[in-house]
Amino acid sequence: MLNLLNLGKQLRKIGVWQVFLVVMALPTLLALLGVLSSFLHPDIESLSHLAQYVLPQTIKNTIFLVVGVGVVTTTLGVSLAWLTAVCDFPLRKFFVWALILPMAIPGYVMAFALVGLFEYTGPVQHFLRETFGSSSAFPDIYSYGGVVMALSLALYPYTYLMVRNAFQTQGLRSLEVGQSLGLSIRESFWRICLPMARPWIVGGTLLVMMETLSDFGTVAIFNYDTLTSAIYKTWFGLYSLPAALQVASVLLIFVVVITLLERRSRASQRFSQTRSAKSVAGRIRLSGVDRWLALLVCVLVFSLAFVMPVMRLLYWAVPNMNADITSQFLGYVAGSTSLSLIAMLMIAGLALLMAFTARTYNSPFAKIVVRISTMGYALPGTVLAVGLFVPVAAIDNVLGAMGLSTPLLQGTMVVMLLAYSVRFMAVAFTPLESNLLRITPSIDAASRSLGVSGIKMLAKVHLPMVKGGLLTAMVLVFVDVMKELPITLMTRPFGFNTLAVRIFELSSEGLWERAALPALAIVLVGLIPAFILIRKSDAR
Amino acid sequence: MTSLIPSIKPVMPFMAVLLRLLSVRLLVASALISLIIACSPSSEPVSDLALNDSAEINDAEPSEAIVVYSSRNEHLIQPVFALFTEQTGIEVKYTTDKAGVLIERIKAEGKNTPADVLITVDAGTLGYAAQQGIFQTLDSAIVAERVPAYLRDDSDYWTGLSLRARTIVYSTERVKPEQLSSYQNLGADQWQGRVCLRTSKKVYNQSLVAMLIAEQGETKAESIVSSWVANLAIPPTSNDTKVMDAILVGQCDVGIINTYYFGRLQTKIADLPLALFWPNQTAEADSGVHVNVAGVGILKHSKNAAQAKRLVEWLVSDSAQALFAGVNKEYPINDSVEVNPQVASWGHFKQNPLPLSQAYVLQPAAVKLMDRAGYK
Repeated sequence: MLNLLNLGKQLRKIGVWQVFLVVMALPTLLALLGVLSSFLHPDIESLSHLAQYVLPQTIKNTIFLVVGVGVVTTTLGVSLAWLTAVCDFPLRKFFVWALILPMAIPGYVMAFALVGLFEYTGPVQHFLRETFGSSSAFPDIYSYGGVVMALSLALYPYTYLMVRNAFQTQGLRSLEVGQSLGLSIRESFWRICLPMARPWIVGGTLLVMMETLSDFGTVAIFNYDTLTSAIYKTWFGLYSLPAALQVASVLLIFVVVITLLERRSRASQRFSQTRSAKSVAGRIRLSGVDRWLALLVCVLVFSLAFVMPVMRLLYWAVPNMNADITSQFLGYVAGSTSLSLIAMLMIAGLALLMAFTARTYNSPFAKIVVRISTMGYALPGTVLAVGLFVPVAAIDNVLGAMGLSTPLLQGTMVVMLLAYSVRFMAVAFTPLESNLLRITPSIDAASRSLGVSGIKMLAKVHLPMVKGGLLTAMVLVFVDVMKELPITLMTRPFGFNTLAVRIFELSSEGLWERAALPALAIVLVGLIPAFILIRKSDAR
Repeated sequence: MTSLIPSIKPVMPFMAVLLRLLSVRLLVASALISLIIACSPSSEPVSDLALNDSAEINDAEPSEAIVVYSSRNEHLIQPVFALFTEQTGIEVKYTTDKAGVLIERIKAEGKNTPADVLITVDAGTLGYAAQQGIFQTLDSAIVAERVPAYLRDDSDYWTGLSLRARTIVYSTERVKPEQLSSYQNLGADQWQGRVCLRTSKKVYNQSLVAMLIAEQGETKAESIVSSWVANLAIPPTSNDTKVMDAILVGQCDVGIINTYYFGRLQTKIADLPLALFWPNQTAEADSGVHVNVAGVGILKHSKNAAQAKRLVEWLVSDSAQALFAGVNKEYPINDSVEVNPQVASWGHFKQNPLPLSQAYVLQPAAVKLMDRAGYK
């Protein structure tokens, strides 16, 4: 009750910034309401069938998958981030940015390439049979382990990027603190560095889990049924969109639970850090065996997650390359790149404004609104695309009824970009939020005492402090938009194609040989921001 | 309103600092330039298919472009529309997406939809679109004459455009065609551990099982599907090509696939040790090979329905049919059209004459049946 009263008080002093927050959350809210409104028309027949034969297994699968991918990506992301940010070993400078690259490979492309290599009919098992007469000892790729591996290899860079940002700015200093307390490096890592990087780790894991929940393409290749597959089956197989959306609301419960867990994990903690000065101590120089072990881990992950899939893509793409690189194809490259650049600037900018606003007006109301506007990442893309398209079309129809020539909104870049911002707000917001936690009230006080306040303080004091998070956010958004499909398909203007659309068109017909070239192009273009990011952040 | 203005002002230097800080001005510039490139008319011909050599006809017959929403992919429809534009001078614009999404989109756009025509694959989906009330009747004597009734909608809301046959594929090294007879027979004991199937989530299998339900009744159909599942050598695969791959390496000996996937593999591998078998052909009571269609309907709110009808009628004409079906190694909708030599080499077969409009009614039942039978 008290909370409600407080909320009421908050609502009464609504200012421009609160309005901004609400406006940011509105499209997501509309899509979510669209999902929930399906309960107005419950499709009992479909639902009872689903409840009996489909949901028990898919819910179990979903939980297993989210937990498995969460654990593997966190382990990979944190250890690789630690190695490249704090330690020194051969080829470290290369792996710093190379380990980001798998992010540019869409999950289903990763899955298809891995499956193609490791399944019974693939070259690896073929080689084993030729050499040893049998490949039965080789683990089946079409298994829980296989899906977790494919998704983890595609998604660990999210955690890696986020956590690296933490270790980069505070890892060595935390170690110094540990040393001054007489702790060994190992002890410092577990007792100081890791706990201090917790907001980044949790943030990265959260992003990975949300992406896993919404994934359809990857699990479909493994025929591993999750809630998302159940949603599509209900929609396209049982022809019941209401029942599909009701299954989607089960998915939303998952999101809420994960988000709450995240909240709880940091509720009682405060994070702050003095401005990261150049560290006195150098990187940890790994000794003999450790050096080579570190190198081995990086080589292994990089080969599995990047070299092998890319080799597979090259193997398919090269024979058709001359015929397929046309001016049309270059058009797709230009379309994808420009779209991703614009979306990156817009979404990172909006997320920054939102993060600052939420920090300045640190109220329950602001927290709830911010949570809502980052939920679009966990909904299956197609559900979100339709959820956003319906209100846009409705607005266009109203405008049409008012005598304006329509469609004003549909098929414009504006709608496309807005829809992207709904989808990827979480991706941009999460890295920023972690960095903002570090800015203590005392910094605000100090800055005010020096006569720097308001927007000026944000720009001159806070912004430089979240720079690392902002760069991470930009790279994540850029690459995610490059890979995005359902929203692009639905909202693109006539004749506008992207690389992701091209991959979809060809691969959905089973023409992987020809889908390989656009997939490689996505990887190549995705290289650029990864490279810039590391050059900027590793220079320090 | 007054409170808005001062609040926007400070944002400007803020954004300026942001940009400077990241030195992204170069990025912004390149973003804008590439946007201009991407949106400039020069990239339009991707879908605006007016061809140069049809310029004369264009002059003679200026007409509004037809807008097509299609779940059939770009590389399969683009050459067809190019030919249409060449022959008629009428431009075609199109966009592609998944069928279910396009139907929702058309519903949301309502009266203001820019689209005139929906092209999609699978009779069940076409039936669903018709049931959602997005089509108008075709009312075309040409379509009625050229397309057999069972490949059209009972209520005339859509017509099939090309046929895909879903049939049995077998290893020529390990299976004699005499051992095969029908879809049902794949559940027999002799096929224990020798069958490969694609996932039940693919609409092709859903419509196949819908046909079994129509013919055999739901109980019988369920026991057939259960017997298939019991005979599976490996878990259901994600696509038809993987079924053939598995037969090639000896994981299984028989499977069910759409013929055009076989056609593609045949083109790639000479001396393919696989062959197609046409099931349910011999006995009088046998009903024939399961077929499905890619099809088309004209939208209720089309603003260009006359031209749209012209496109539909053109699509069932001989010259269009050869191309529409040919680009994907499918069968034309009308027997009179010659199929390409490779497709012809697979031989003739009796089609299952079950009206495809039934697919929509039975497909949800088929999905549920497969869930119950544990067919993943």
